[in-house]
Amino acid sequence: MNIDAILAQTMLGLSQGVFYAMLSLGLAIIFGLLNVINFAHGALYMLGAFVALIGYSYIGPWLGYPDFQMGFWWALIVAPLVVACFGMLMERFMLRRLYQFDHIYGLLLTFGVALVLQGVLSNYFNISGTAYPATPESLRGIVNLGFMYFPKYRLFAIVLSVIVCFATWYMIERTSLGAVLRAGQENPKLVEAFGINVPRMITLTFGFGVALAALAGVLAAPIYSVSPLMGADLIITVFAVVVIGGMGSILGAIVTGLTLGLVQGLTQALYPPAANTVIFFIMVVVLLIRPAGLFGKAEG
Amino acid sequence: MAELLRIADLNAWYGESHILHGVNLSVNEGEVVTLLGRNGAGRTTTLKSILGLVDKRSGSITVSGTEVIKQPTHKIARLGLLGYCPEERGIFARLNVDENLALPPKLGDDGMSVEEIYDMFPNLAERRRSMGTQLSGGEQQMLAMARVLRTGARLLLLDEITEGLAPVIVEALGKTIRQMKERGLTIVLVEQNFHFAAPLADRHYIIEHGHVAEVVEGHEADAKRERINEFLSV
Repeated sequence: MNIDAILAQTMLGLSQGVFYAMLSLGLAIIFGLLNVINFAHGALYMLGAFVALIGYSYIGPWLGYPDFQMGFWWALIVAPLVVACFGMLMERFMLRRLYQFDHIYGLLLTFGVALVLQGVLSNYFNISGTAYPATPESLRGIVNLGFMYFPKYRLFAIVLSVIVCFATWYMIERTSLGAVLRAGQENPKLVEAFGINVPRMITLTFGFGVALAALAGVLAAPIYSVSPLMGADLIITVFAVVVIGGMGSILGAIVTGLTLGLVQGLTQALYPPAANTVIFFIMVVVLLIRPAGLFGKAEG
Repeated sequence: MAELLRIADLNAWYGESHILHGVNLSVNEGEVVTLLGRNGAGRTTTLKSILGLVDKRSGSITVSGTEVIKQPTHKIARLGLLGYCPEERGIFARLNVDENLALPPKLGDDGMSVEEIYDMFPNLAERRRSMGTQLSGGEQQMLAMARVLRTGARLLLLDEITEGLAPVIVEALGKTIRQMKERGLTIVLVEQNFHFAAPLADRHYIIEHGHVAEVVEGHEADAKRERINEFLSV
Protein backbone atom coordinates (compact mmCIF):
# COMPACT_ATOMS: atom_id res chain seq x y z
CA MET A 1 0.00 0.00 0.00
CA ASN A 2 1.48 3.34 -0.99
CA ILE A 3 1.60 6.53 1.00
CA ASP A 4 -0.94 8.30 -1.22
CA ALA A 5 -3.57 5.69 -0.49
CA ILE A 6 -2.97 6.03 3.24
CA LEU A 7 -3.21 9.83 3.02
CA ALA A 8 -6.42 9.46 1.04
CA GLN A 9 -7.94 7.23 3.72
CA THR A 10 -6.71 9.69 6.33
CA MET A 11 -8.70 12.46 4.69
CA LEU A 12 -11.80 10.28 4.46
CA GLY A 13 -11.36 9.27 8.09
CA LEU A 14 -11.00 12.89 9.08
CA SER A 15 -14.18 13.83 7.26
CA GLN A 16 -15.96 11.22 9.38
CA GLY A 17 -14.03 12.18 12.51
CA VAL A 18 -15.21 15.78 12.49
CA PHE A 19 -18.80 14.59 12.91
CA TYR A 20 -17.77 12.41 15.84
CA ALA A 21 -15.90 15.37 17.29
CA MET A 22 -18.78 17.86 16.98
CA LEU A 23 -21.34 15.46 18.40
CA SER A 24 -19.21 14.20 21.27
CA LEU A 25 -18.22 17.80 22.07
CA GLY A 26 -21.88 18.75 22.46
CA LEU A 27 -22.49 15.69 24.61
CA ALA A 28 -19.48 16.52 26.78
CA ILE A 29 -20.59 20.12 27.33
CA ILE A 30 -24.11 19.03 28.26
CA PHE A 31 -22.91 16.25 30.53
CA GLY A 32 -20.40 18.53 32.24
CA LEU A 33 -23.00 21.00 33.44
CA LEU A 34 -26.27 19.05 33.52
CA ASN A 35 -24.98 15.58 34.37
CA VAL A 36 -27.40 14.35 31.76
CA ILE A 37 -26.38 11.85 29.10
CA ASN A 38 -28.33 13.31 26.22
CA PHE A 39 -29.67 10.33 24.29
CA ALA A 40 -31.61 12.74 22.07
CA HIS A 41 -28.35 14.08 20.67
CA GLY A 42 -28.48 11.94 17.53
CA ALA A 43 -32.11 12.83 16.94
CA LEU A 44 -31.29 16.54 17.29
CA TYR A 45 -28.46 16.11 14.77
CA MET A 46 -31.04 14.55 12.46
CA LEU A 47 -33.44 17.42 13.21
CA GLY A 48 -30.75 19.90 12.14
CA ALA A 49 -30.46 18.14 8.79
CA PHE A 50 -34.25 18.14 8.42
CA VAL A 51 -34.54 21.84 9.17
CA ALA A 52 -32.09 22.41 6.30
CA LEU A 53 -34.00 20.06 3.99
CA ILE A 54 -37.45 21.37 4.90
CA GLY A 55 -36.22 24.95 4.66
CA TYR A 56 -35.04 24.33 1.12
CA SER A 57 -37.56 21.93 -0.41
CA TYR A 58 -40.78 22.09 1.58
CA ILE A 59 -41.41 25.21 3.58
CA GLY A 60 -42.06 27.49 0.61
CA PRO A 61 -44.92 25.40 -0.82
CA TRP A 62 -46.31 24.75 2.70
CA LEU A 63 -46.53 28.47 3.37
CA GLY A 64 -47.88 29.26 -0.08
CA TYR A 65 -44.67 30.83 -1.43
CA PRO A 66 -43.46 28.11 -3.80
CA ASP A 67 -40.44 30.20 -4.79
CA PHE A 68 -39.08 30.54 -1.26
CA GLN A 69 -36.03 28.39 -0.58
CA MET A 70 -33.68 28.63 2.38
CA GLY A 71 -30.22 28.05 0.94
CA PHE A 72 -27.35 26.10 2.48
CA TRP A 73 -25.56 29.11 3.97
CA TRP A 74 -28.71 30.27 5.72
CA ALA A 75 -29.35 26.72 6.90
CA LEU A 76 -25.94 26.70 8.62
CA ILE A 77 -27.21 29.53 10.83
CA VAL A 78 -30.96 28.93 11.02
CA ALA A 79 -30.99 25.17 11.71
CA PRO A 80 -28.76 25.35 14.81
CA LEU A 81 -30.87 28.22 16.13
CA VAL A 82 -34.17 26.43 15.55
CA VAL A 83 -32.92 23.19 17.09
CA ALA A 84 -31.32 25.08 19.99
CA CYS A 85 -34.72 26.68 20.74
CA PHE A 86 -36.32 23.25 20.68
CA GLY A 87 -33.59 21.95 22.99
CA MET A 88 -33.97 24.84 25.41
CA LEU A 89 -37.73 24.28 25.66
CA MET A 90 -37.01 20.61 26.28
CA GLU A 91 -34.56 21.49 29.08
CA ARG A 92 -36.77 24.15 30.62
CA PHE A 93 -40.01 22.19 30.70
CA MET A 94 -38.91 18.55 30.88
CA LEU A 95 -35.31 17.88 31.95
CA ARG A 96 -35.33 20.51 34.69
CA ARG A 97 -37.98 18.57 36.58
CA LEU A 98 -35.69 15.55 36.77
CA TYR A 99 -32.42 17.01 38.11
CA GLN A 100 -33.40 16.17 41.68
CA PHE A 101 -33.66 12.47 40.79
CA ASP A 102 -31.12 9.89 39.66
CA HIS A 103 -29.33 10.63 36.36
CA ILE A 104 -30.97 7.63 34.79
CA TYR A 105 -34.27 9.55 34.59
CA GLY A 106 -32.74 12.27 32.42
CA LEU A 107 -31.24 9.62 30.21
CA LEU A 108 -34.59 7.86 29.81
CA LEU A 109 -36.38 11.11 29.07
CA THR A 110 -33.94 12.08 26.32
CA PHE A 111 -34.12 8.57 24.92
CA GLY A 112 -37.90 8.93 24.76
CA VAL A 113 -37.62 12.32 23.05
CA ALA A 114 -35.28 10.76 20.47
CA LEU A 115 -37.79 8.01 19.70
CA VAL A 116 -40.65 10.52 19.40
CA LEU A 117 -38.68 12.73 16.99
CA GLN A 118 -37.67 9.75 14.87
CA GLY A 119 -41.22 8.42 14.88
CA VAL A 120 -42.83 11.70 13.90
CA LEU A 121 -40.40 12.36 11.06
CA SER A 122 -40.59 8.74 9.85
CA ASN A 123 -44.31 9.31 9.45
CA TYR A 124 -43.78 12.10 6.93
CA PHE A 125 -40.43 11.38 5.31
CA ASN A 126 -38.77 8.50 3.56
CA ILE A 127 -36.85 6.33 6.03
CA SER A 128 -34.29 5.41 3.42
CA GLY A 129 -33.42 9.05 2.97
CA THR A 130 -34.09 12.13 0.88
CA ALA A 131 -31.31 13.87 -1.04
CA TYR A 132 -30.43 17.38 0.06
CA PRO A 133 -30.22 19.26 -3.23
CA ALA A 134 -28.97 22.65 -2.03
CA THR A 135 -25.19 22.21 -1.92
CA PRO A 136 -23.89 25.57 -3.15
CA GLU A 137 -22.26 25.68 -6.56
CA SER A 138 -19.01 26.94 -5.04
CA LEU A 139 -18.67 23.77 -2.93
CA ARG A 140 -19.38 21.27 -5.68
CA GLY A 141 -16.71 19.39 -7.57
CA ILE A 142 -13.32 18.21 -6.46
CA VAL A 143 -10.06 19.78 -5.44
CA ASN A 144 -6.55 18.44 -6.05
CA LEU A 145 -4.73 17.97 -2.72
CA GLY A 146 -1.57 16.71 -4.41
CA PHE A 147 -1.91 13.16 -3.15
CA MET A 148 -5.58 12.79 -4.12
CA TYR A 149 -8.60 14.44 -5.59
CA PHE A 150 -10.93 15.26 -2.76
CA PRO A 151 -14.55 16.50 -2.81
CA LYS A 152 -14.57 20.24 -2.18
CA TYR A 153 -17.59 19.98 0.03
CA ARG A 154 -15.99 17.44 2.35
CA LEU A 155 -12.92 19.61 2.67
CA PHE A 156 -15.18 22.52 3.58
CA ALA A 157 -17.00 20.39 6.19
CA ILE A 158 -13.68 19.35 7.75
CA VAL A 159 -12.33 22.89 7.93
CA LEU A 160 -15.53 24.43 9.29
CA SER A 161 -16.01 21.67 11.90
CA VAL A 162 -12.45 21.90 13.14
CA ILE A 163 -12.77 25.68 13.44
CA VAL A 164 -16.06 25.37 15.34
CA CYS A 165 -14.65 22.71 17.66
CA PHE A 166 -11.54 24.64 18.59
CA ALA A 167 -13.42 27.94 18.88
CA THR A 168 -15.72 26.18 21.35
CA TRP A 169 -12.74 24.80 23.23
CA TYR A 170 -11.18 28.28 23.39
CA MET A 171 -14.41 29.85 24.60
CA ILE A 172 -14.80 27.33 27.41
CA GLU A 173 -11.20 27.00 28.55
CA ARG A 174 -9.80 30.48 27.94
CA THR A 175 -12.51 33.14 28.35
CA SER A 176 -14.31 34.57 31.36
CA LEU A 177 -17.62 33.29 30.01
CA GLY A 178 -16.09 29.82 29.92
CA ALA A 179 -14.78 30.30 33.46
CA VAL A 180 -18.34 30.68 34.70
CA LEU A 181 -19.25 27.49 32.87
CA ARG A 182 -16.29 25.56 34.30
CA ALA A 183 -17.10 26.83 37.78
CA GLY A 184 -20.72 25.82 37.26
CA GLN A 185 -19.60 22.30 36.41
CA GLU A 186 -17.68 22.06 39.67
CA ASN A 187 -20.06 23.70 42.12
CA PRO A 188 -23.28 25.12 40.68
CA LYS A 189 -24.71 25.98 44.09
CA LEU A 190 -21.80 28.23 44.96
CA VAL A 191 -21.83 29.90 41.55
CA GLU A 192 -25.49 30.68 42.09
CA ALA A 193 -24.72 32.01 45.58
CA PHE A 194 -22.47 34.58 43.89
CA GLY A 195 -25.51 35.97 42.08
CA ILE A 196 -25.24 34.15 38.75
CA ASN A 197 -28.47 32.82 37.29
CA VAL A 198 -27.39 29.19 37.05
CA PRO A 199 -30.74 27.75 35.88
CA ARG A 200 -30.64 30.10 32.89
CA MET A 201 -27.00 29.20 32.25
CA ILE A 202 -27.96 25.52 32.21
CA THR A 203 -30.70 26.17 29.66
CA LEU A 204 -28.37 28.15 27.40
CA THR A 205 -25.64 25.54 27.71
CA PHE A 206 -28.01 22.78 26.70
CA GLY A 207 -29.09 24.95 23.77
CA PHE A 208 -25.48 25.43 22.73
CA GLY A 209 -24.61 21.73 22.91
CA VAL A 210 -27.69 20.89 20.90
CA ALA A 211 -26.87 23.61 18.34
CA LEU A 212 -23.53 21.89 17.71
CA ALA A 213 -25.41 18.68 16.94
CA ALA A 214 -27.75 20.53 14.58
CA LEU A 215 -24.82 22.21 12.83
CA ALA A 216 -23.25 18.79 12.31
CA GLY A 217 -26.61 17.67 10.92
CA VAL A 218 -26.68 20.48 8.36
CA LEU A 219 -23.09 19.71 7.36
CA ALA A 220 -23.98 16.03 6.97
CA ALA A 221 -27.04 16.69 4.80
CA PRO A 222 -25.19 17.14 1.47
CA ILE A 223 -22.94 14.11 2.15
CA TYR A 224 -25.40 11.56 3.47
CA SER A 225 -29.05 11.65 2.51
CA VAL A 226 -31.41 13.14 5.07
CA SER A 227 -33.23 10.38 6.90
CA PRO A 228 -35.16 10.13 10.20
CA LEU A 229 -32.76 7.40 11.32
CA MET A 230 -29.47 9.08 10.34
CA GLY A 231 -28.88 10.16 13.95
CA ALA A 232 -29.71 6.79 15.48
CA ASP A 233 -27.05 5.12 13.32
CA LEU A 234 -24.38 7.67 14.10
CA ILE A 235 -25.03 8.21 17.80
CA ILE A 236 -24.09 4.66 18.75
CA THR A 237 -20.59 5.22 17.41
CA VAL A 238 -20.49 8.66 19.02
CA PHE A 239 -21.29 7.18 22.42
CA ALA A 240 -18.41 4.77 21.94
CA VAL A 241 -16.22 7.80 21.16
CA VAL A 242 -17.44 9.48 24.35
CA VAL A 243 -16.71 6.38 26.43
CA ILE A 244 -13.20 6.19 24.98
CA GLY A 245 -12.48 9.89 25.48
CA GLY A 246 -14.01 10.14 28.94
CA MET A 247 -17.22 11.94 29.79
CA GLY A 248 -17.12 15.68 30.25
CA SER A 249 -13.64 16.54 28.92
CA ILE A 250 -13.90 19.22 26.22
CA LEU A 251 -10.53 18.74 24.58
CA GLY A 252 -10.82 14.99 25.08
CA ALA A 253 -14.05 14.91 23.10
CA ILE A 254 -12.56 16.80 20.17
CA VAL A 255 -9.27 14.92 20.03
CA THR A 256 -10.87 11.51 20.50
CA GLY A 257 -13.50 12.22 17.84
CA LEU A 258 -10.94 13.24 15.24
CA THR A 259 -8.53 10.44 16.14
CA LEU A 260 -11.13 7.70 15.99
CA GLY A 261 -12.32 8.99 12.62
CA LEU A 262 -8.73 8.62 11.43
CA VAL A 263 -8.41 5.17 12.96
CA GLN A 264 -11.59 4.11 11.24
CA GLY A 265 -10.40 5.54 7.92
CA LEU A 266 -7.05 3.77 8.16
CA THR A 267 -8.69 0.49 9.14
CA GLN A 268 -10.83 0.86 6.05
CA ALA A 269 -7.61 0.98 4.03
CA LEU A 270 -5.70 -1.75 5.85
CA TYR A 271 -8.38 -4.27 6.72
CA PRO A 272 -11.82 -3.19 5.47
CA PRO A 273 -13.92 -5.82 7.27
CA ALA A 274 -12.90 -4.34 10.65
CA ALA A 275 -13.70 -0.73 9.76
CA ASN A 276 -17.13 -0.71 11.37
CA THR A 277 -16.07 -2.49 14.54
CA VAL A 278 -12.64 -1.05 15.29
CA ILE A 279 -14.05 1.79 17.41
CA PHE A 280 -16.03 -0.63 19.55
CA PHE A 281 -12.99 -2.85 19.93
CA ILE A 282 -11.01 0.15 21.18
CA MET A 283 -13.89 0.99 23.51
CA VAL A 284 -13.73 -2.45 25.10
CA VAL A 285 -9.96 -2.21 25.58
CA VAL A 286 -10.20 1.29 27.08
CA LEU A 287 -12.99 0.24 29.42
CA LEU A 288 -10.91 -2.64 30.70
CA ILE A 289 -7.69 -0.67 31.15
CA ARG A 290 -8.90 2.85 31.94
CA PRO A 291 -12.63 2.81 32.77
CA ALA A 292 -12.86 6.60 33.17
CA GLY A 293 -11.76 7.08 29.56
CA LEU A 294 -8.52 8.39 28.11
CA PHE A 295 -9.14 12.01 29.15
CA GLY A 296 -11.55 11.39 32.02
CA LYS A 297 -10.87 11.52 35.72
CA ALA A 298 -12.01 8.64 37.88
CA GLU A 299 -14.67 9.76 40.33
CA GLY A 300 -13.24 10.17 43.77
CA MET B 1 -27.63 52.01 62.80
CA ALA B 2 -29.95 50.51 60.22
CA GLU B 3 -30.83 46.86 60.45
CA LEU B 4 -29.29 45.03 57.50
CA LEU B 5 -30.26 41.42 58.16
CA ARG B 6 -33.16 40.10 60.18
CA ILE B 7 -33.95 36.42 60.60
CA ALA B 8 -37.20 35.47 62.30
CA ASP B 9 -38.43 31.99 63.19
CA LEU B 10 -36.19 30.36 60.57
CA ASN B 11 -36.67 26.63 60.08
CA ALA B 12 -34.57 24.67 57.60
CA TRP B 13 -34.43 21.12 56.30
CA TYR B 14 -32.01 18.89 54.39
CA GLY B 15 -34.22 16.22 52.90
CA GLU B 16 -36.19 14.89 55.84
CA SER B 17 -33.79 16.20 58.49
CA HIS B 18 -35.14 19.24 60.28
CA ILE B 19 -31.95 21.20 61.15
CA LEU B 20 -33.04 24.68 62.24
CA HIS B 21 -35.89 25.13 64.71
CA GLY B 22 -36.80 28.80 64.79
CA VAL B 23 -33.60 30.85 64.60
CA ASN B 24 -33.98 34.56 65.40
CA LEU B 25 -31.20 37.07 64.94
CA SER B 26 -30.56 40.52 63.67
CA VAL B 27 -27.47 42.30 62.33
CA ASN B 28 -27.09 46.05 61.97
CA GLU B 29 -25.13 47.76 59.27
CA GLY B 30 -21.40 47.84 60.00
CA GLU B 31 -21.54 45.20 62.73
CA VAL B 32 -19.49 42.04 63.07
CA VAL B 33 -21.61 39.25 64.50
CA THR B 34 -20.53 35.70 65.20
CA LEU B 35 -22.46 32.47 65.27
CA LEU B 36 -20.78 30.26 67.84
CA GLY B 37 -21.55 26.68 68.68
CA ARG B 38 -20.52 23.08 68.39
CA ASN B 39 -20.27 21.16 65.14
CA GLY B 40 -23.73 20.23 63.93
CA ALA B 41 -25.46 22.92 66.01
CA GLY B 42 -26.80 24.61 62.88
CA ARG B 43 -24.44 27.55 62.35
CA THR B 44 -23.45 26.66 58.80
CA THR B 45 -27.04 25.78 57.98
CA THR B 46 -28.10 29.23 59.18
CA LEU B 47 -25.70 30.87 56.72
CA LYS B 48 -26.74 28.55 53.92
CA SER B 49 -30.41 29.21 54.62
CA ILE B 50 -29.89 32.93 54.12
CA LEU B 51 -28.73 32.12 50.58
CA GLY B 52 -31.35 29.47 49.95
CA LEU B 53 -28.77 26.67 49.81
CA VAL B 54 -30.87 24.25 51.87
CA ASP B 55 -33.57 21.92 50.57
CA LYS B 56 -36.44 23.68 52.33
CA ARG B 57 -36.82 26.66 54.65
CA SER B 58 -39.61 28.59 56.33
CA GLY B 59 -39.88 31.72 58.44
CA SER B 60 -38.64 35.13 57.44
CA ILE B 61 -35.31 36.48 56.19
CA THR B 62 -35.16 40.17 55.37
CA VAL B 63 -32.09 41.83 53.90
CA SER B 64 -32.16 45.65 53.88
CA GLY B 65 -35.88 45.42 54.51
CA THR B 66 -36.62 43.08 51.58
CA GLU B 67 -38.12 39.66 52.30
CA VAL B 68 -36.01 37.07 50.45
CA ILE B 69 -37.18 33.71 51.78
CA LYS B 70 -39.12 32.94 48.58
CA GLN B 71 -36.43 34.21 46.19
CA PRO B 72 -34.07 31.98 44.20
CA THR B 73 -30.44 31.93 45.37
CA HIS B 74 -29.00 34.11 42.61
CA LYS B 75 -31.53 36.87 43.29
CA ILE B 76 -30.88 36.82 47.04
CA ALA B 77 -27.17 37.41 46.43
CA ARG B 78 -27.93 40.42 44.27
CA LEU B 79 -30.76 41.87 46.38
CA GLY B 80 -28.76 41.59 49.58
CA LEU B 81 -25.33 42.42 48.13
CA LEU B 82 -24.16 39.24 49.83
CA GLY B 83 -20.64 37.84 49.75
CA TYR B 84 -20.32 34.21 50.76
CA CYS B 85 -17.22 32.27 51.85
CA PRO B 86 -18.27 28.64 52.25
CA GLU B 87 -16.73 26.38 54.87
CA GLU B 88 -14.97 24.28 52.23
CA ARG B 89 -13.70 27.58 50.71
CA GLY B 90 -15.12 26.78 47.29
CA ILE B 91 -12.05 27.55 45.25
CA PHE B 92 -12.62 26.20 41.76
CA ALA B 93 -10.00 23.66 40.73
CA ARG B 94 -10.32 24.26 36.99
CA LEU B 95 -9.94 28.04 37.36
CA ASN B 96 -6.69 29.87 38.05
CA VAL B 97 -6.36 32.51 40.76
CA ASP B 98 -7.25 35.40 38.44
CA GLU B 99 -10.28 33.54 37.12
CA ASN B 100 -11.43 32.56 40.61
CA LEU B 101 -11.14 36.17 41.66
CA ALA B 102 -13.03 37.49 38.64
CA LEU B 103 -15.78 34.87 38.78
CA PRO B 104 -18.41 36.46 41.06
CA PRO B 105 -20.22 39.27 39.26
CA LYS B 106 -20.04 42.80 40.63
CA LEU B 107 -22.96 43.41 42.99
CA GLY B 108 -22.26 46.93 44.22
CA ASP B 109 -20.16 49.86 43.07
CA ASP B 110 -17.64 50.11 45.89
CA GLY B 111 -15.86 46.79 45.61
CA MET B 112 -12.08 46.65 45.76
CA SER B 113 -10.13 46.69 42.52
CA VAL B 114 -8.00 43.69 41.59
CA GLU B 115 -4.88 45.80 42.28
CA GLU B 116 -6.08 46.72 45.78
CA ILE B 117 -6.81 43.08 46.47
CA TYR B 118 -3.39 41.92 45.36
CA ASP B 119 -1.89 44.68 47.55
CA MET B 120 -3.87 43.32 50.48
CA PHE B 121 -2.95 39.68 49.70
CA PRO B 122 0.57 39.79 48.21
CA ASN B 123 0.86 35.98 48.36
CA LEU B 124 -1.96 35.66 45.86
CA ALA B 125 -0.40 38.19 43.51
CA GLU B 126 2.57 35.87 43.07
CA ARG B 127 0.30 32.97 42.15
CA ARG B 128 -2.12 34.61 39.74
CA ARG B 129 -1.69 31.91 37.08
CA SER B 130 -1.80 28.94 39.48
CA MET B 131 -4.83 26.69 39.36
CA GLY B 132 -7.11 26.69 42.38
CA THR B 133 -6.02 23.32 43.69
CA GLN B 134 -2.32 24.18 43.65
CA LEU B 135 -2.82 26.72 46.44
CA SER B 136 -2.17 25.98 50.10
CA GLY B 137 -5.09 25.99 52.52
CA GLY B 138 -4.20 29.48 53.73
CA GLU B 139 -3.91 30.82 50.18
CA GLN B 140 -7.25 29.28 49.28
CA GLN B 141 -8.85 30.98 52.26
CA MET B 142 -7.30 34.34 51.33
CA LEU B 143 -8.60 33.88 47.80
CA ALA B 144 -12.09 33.01 49.04
CA MET B 145 -12.14 36.24 51.06
CA ALA B 146 -10.58 38.33 48.29
CA ARG B 147 -13.18 37.02 45.88
CA VAL B 148 -16.10 38.51 47.79
CA LEU B 149 -14.30 41.80 48.45
CA ARG B 150 -14.03 42.50 44.74
CA THR B 151 -17.78 42.22 44.19
CA GLY B 152 -18.75 45.20 46.31
CA ALA B 153 -20.79 42.99 48.65
CA ARG B 154 -22.04 44.84 51.75
CA LEU B 155 -22.87 41.82 53.89
CA LEU B 156 -20.27 39.08 54.18
CA LEU B 157 -21.18 35.58 55.30
CA LEU B 158 -17.93 33.88 56.37
CA ASP B 159 -18.03 30.23 57.37
CA GLU B 160 -15.19 28.87 59.57
CA ILE B 161 -12.50 30.87 57.84
CA THR B 162 -9.85 29.98 60.43
CA GLU B 163 -10.40 26.24 60.38
CA GLY B 164 -7.24 24.21 59.96
CA LEU B 165 -4.99 27.22 59.36
CA ALA B 166 -1.66 28.09 60.98
CA PRO B 167 -1.76 30.74 63.76
CA VAL B 168 0.12 33.29 61.67
CA ILE B 169 -2.50 33.03 58.93
CA VAL B 170 -5.34 33.22 61.44
CA GLU B 171 -3.76 36.43 62.69
CA ALA B 172 -3.63 37.81 59.14
CA LEU B 173 -7.30 36.92 58.65
CA GLY B 174 -8.18 38.79 61.86
CA LYS B 175 -6.42 41.83 60.48
CA THR B 176 -8.32 41.50 57.21
CA ILE B 177 -11.63 41.40 59.03
CA ARG B 178 -10.77 44.56 60.94
CA GLN B 179 -9.91 46.26 57.64
CA MET B 180 -13.26 45.19 56.21
CA LYS B 181 -15.05 46.52 59.23
CA GLU B 182 -13.28 49.84 58.82
CA ARG B 183 -14.56 49.93 55.26
CA GLY B 184 -18.06 49.75 56.68
CA LEU B 185 -18.84 46.15 55.71
CA THR B 186 -21.20 44.04 57.77
CA ILE B 187 -19.98 40.58 58.65
CA VAL B 188 -21.59 37.40 59.93
CA LEU B 189 -18.88 35.04 61.07
CA VAL B 190 -19.41 31.38 61.82
CA GLU B 191 -16.63 30.39 64.22
CA GLN B 192 -15.50 27.73 66.58
CA ASN B 193 -12.41 29.62 67.57
CA PHE B 194 -13.81 31.97 70.23
CA HIS B 195 -10.34 33.29 70.92
CA PHE B 196 -10.26 34.53 67.33
CA ALA B 197 -13.84 35.82 67.28
CA ALA B 198 -14.04 37.54 70.67
CA PRO B 199 -12.01 40.67 69.95
CA LEU B 200 -13.64 41.18 66.55
CA ALA B 201 -17.33 40.86 67.25
CA ASP B 202 -20.01 43.29 68.35
CA ARG B 203 -22.26 40.43 69.33
CA HIS B 204 -22.22 36.64 69.61
CA TYR B 205 -25.12 34.33 68.94
CA ILE B 206 -24.65 30.93 70.48
CA ILE B 207 -26.46 28.32 68.43
CA GLU B 208 -27.44 24.97 69.88
CA HIS B 209 -29.83 22.31 68.58
CA GLY B 210 -30.92 24.52 65.70
CA HIS B 211 -31.87 27.66 67.60
CA VAL B 212 -30.24 30.61 69.34
CA ALA B 213 -29.47 29.50 72.88
CA GLU B 214 -27.87 32.71 74.09
CA VAL B 215 -26.99 36.20 72.87
CA VAL B 216 -23.81 37.73 74.27
CA GLU B 217 -22.93 41.36 73.55
CA GLY B 218 -19.29 41.95 72.67
CA HIS B 219 -18.54 43.88 75.87
CA GLU B 220 -20.00 41.09 78.01
CA ALA B 221 -17.88 38.42 76.36
CA ASP B 222 -15.17 38.41 79.01
CA ALA B 223 -17.65 38.35 81.89
CA LYS B 224 -19.62 35.50 80.34
CA ARG B 225 -16.60 33.51 79.27
CA GLU B 226 -17.40 30.52 81.50
CA ARG B 227 -20.94 30.34 80.23
CA ILE B 228 -19.78 30.50 76.60
CA ASN B 229 -17.19 27.80 77.19
CA GLU B 230 -19.91 25.57 78.60
CA PHE B 231 -21.77 25.86 75.30
CA LEU B 232 -18.71 25.31 73.19
CA SER B 233 -17.08 22.46 75.10
CA VAL B 234 -17.63 19.04 73.69
